[in-house]
Amino acid sequence: MSSLSIQIPGLNLRNPVMPASGCFGFGKEFSQLYDLSLLGAIMVKATTPEPRFGNPTPRVAETPGGMLNAIGLQNPGLEKVFIEELPWLEQFDVPIIANIAGSTEDDYVAVAEQLSQAPNVKALELNISCPNVKTGGIAFGTDPDLAKALTKKVKNVSEVPVYVKLSPNVSDIVKIARAVEEGGADGLTMINTLLGMRIDLTTGQPILANKTGGLSGPSIKPVAIRMIYEVSQQVSIPIIGMGGIQSAEDVVEFFLAGASAAAVGTQNFIDPFVCPKIIEELPEILQRLGADHISELTGRSWKKNERLAYHRP
Amino acid sequence: MIKQENCRVVSNTQIGDNIFELVLSGELTANMSEPGQFVHVKVSNGFDPLLRRPISIAAIEKENSTFTIIYRRQGRGTALLAEKSAGEEVDILGPLGNGFPVMEAAQGQTAILIGGGVGVPPMYELAKQLAQNGVSVISVIGFQTESAVFYEKELARFGEVYVATVDGSYGRKGFVTDILAGFDFQADIVFACGPTPMLRAIDTGNFAPKTYLSLEERMGCGIGACFACVCHTKEDPHGYTYKKVCSDGPVFKAGEVVI
Repeated sequence: MSSLSIQIPGLNLRNPVMPASGCFGFGKEFSQLYDLSLLGAIMVKATTPEPRFGNPTPRVAETPGGMLNAIGLQNPGLEKVFIEELPWLEQFDVPIIANIAGSTEDDYVAVAEQLSQAPNVKALELNISCPNVKTGGIAFGTDPDLAKALTKKVKNVSEVPVYVKLSPNVSDIVKIARAVEEGGADGLTMINTLLGMRIDLTTGQPILANKTGGLSGPSIKPVAIRMIYEVSQQVSIPIIGMGGIQSAEDVVEFFLAGASAAAVGTQNFIDPFVCPKIIEELPEILQRLGADHISELTGRSWKKNERLAYHRP
Repeated sequence: MIKQENCRVVSNTQIGDNIFELVLSGELTANMSEPGQFVHVKVSNGFDPLLRRPISIAAIEKENSTFTIIYRRQGRGTALLAEKSAGEEVDILGPLGNGFPVMEAAQGQTAILIGGGVGVPPMYELAKQLAQNGVSVISVIGFQTESAVFYEKELARFGEVYVATVDGSYGRKGFVTDILAGFDFQADIVFACGPTPMLRAIDTGNFAPKTYLSLEERMGCGIGACFACVCHTKEDPHGYTYKKVCSDGPVFKAGEVVI
């Protein structure tokens, strides 16, 4: 058994590294750069029942160590994703995690019901944390009762395990995490972006046409680490960690905080080859840590009597 | 084929008011063909700025594996790029996007190349390739002021060059469209790259039967994955159909997308 293979609900992965939703489209662009079968899994772009164009441009703005985006869930809609995008991905030996979104509970249920039937979709990611749409999205992710109720409804119709993507834009993320666990979530993915804004000095106006956007990139990594550290001690379902991962060392840090797998987002835009690079580098880092298998690292920062000796090269 | 490579700086020369010409050496030059394609440049080794900068390719020299990009020093990223000196390395991703369709202009035909400001650079490689194919090249380039003018002489190697400056300090006072309005002939094809108001004026298709425009938009990934640089199509201006400037463009046929 490889030191990188992991098993979490619905997902038997050859390695724990996957591109995060919204940072990889439906894989076509990156397939020109490397073999997608190298990846642990792929979290594809959010799908809503109807096609969406998304927000006006500018849709991105930079900040030191990060970027703001307000794409607005642009996607070709449920039918096209089911008939074209997901079947196209079947040529690769890689499980797909389908990110599902919508404006109403019925939207989520409709997308979940259909996409969970696609042969290569092994899990759903319930997107209740998009900060860039007027209705739905984050509205479900900031209220524990709404989050729990929606999780239940989606679980009822889904053929595959359901992971809920949590928003960091809450005062108590543990409360939301517990609520969705009670609602039947099989796992969590965290964190989505932090709501932010930048203002252009020459115009005096926000740079993004949507005014606010989601902050991602290395600047949010400490927030993600802290939240995973807190949540992983309070729930018994696995966490796929994300938020500013750029390197194999970052992946290990997420595992130590309590994650069982890791997703790479913004760094795909800066280095499109980052995922295969991380996968290649991980075994050596495990060796340095004296770990036989990456899953040993999950939660080692808070588990008692599990101090690590990190041997620098 | 898109490659990522640390390219070596051959030279980085100021050629106008805050305008720099950067010559880079790298194997990915072999993959460059169409004028109007761009490279995505990582200007910092650290986190600030985090994203790459899309810059169009001005010249391709396959014989010695070098290519030229021209940029305006105006923000943090380009200021860092301006500090690079010969021998240093720059992280380049490319070539990216679809460039100008050189073969649309047949031997013996006349092409007008229109460039505004930092929209001028891709016109150099385009002029070079068109001239090689026996196309008559006329370049019309516009700038803010005399100190910002560059590449007039370089473009003159391939045909006549007309220059406009907004303040009238060099060439004709006004915009490139003022020069075009004064032409008493019609070209077979127009290629343009520059600021949006300029492109809108040329998008009317009034200056030639065939018109191609290179667009600019804030980009994230540059390869079509992040959906930052999306625009509507003219056929469906309020609907769901779209084009990505980075990977469907940056060059579009006039009338194809909403500018």
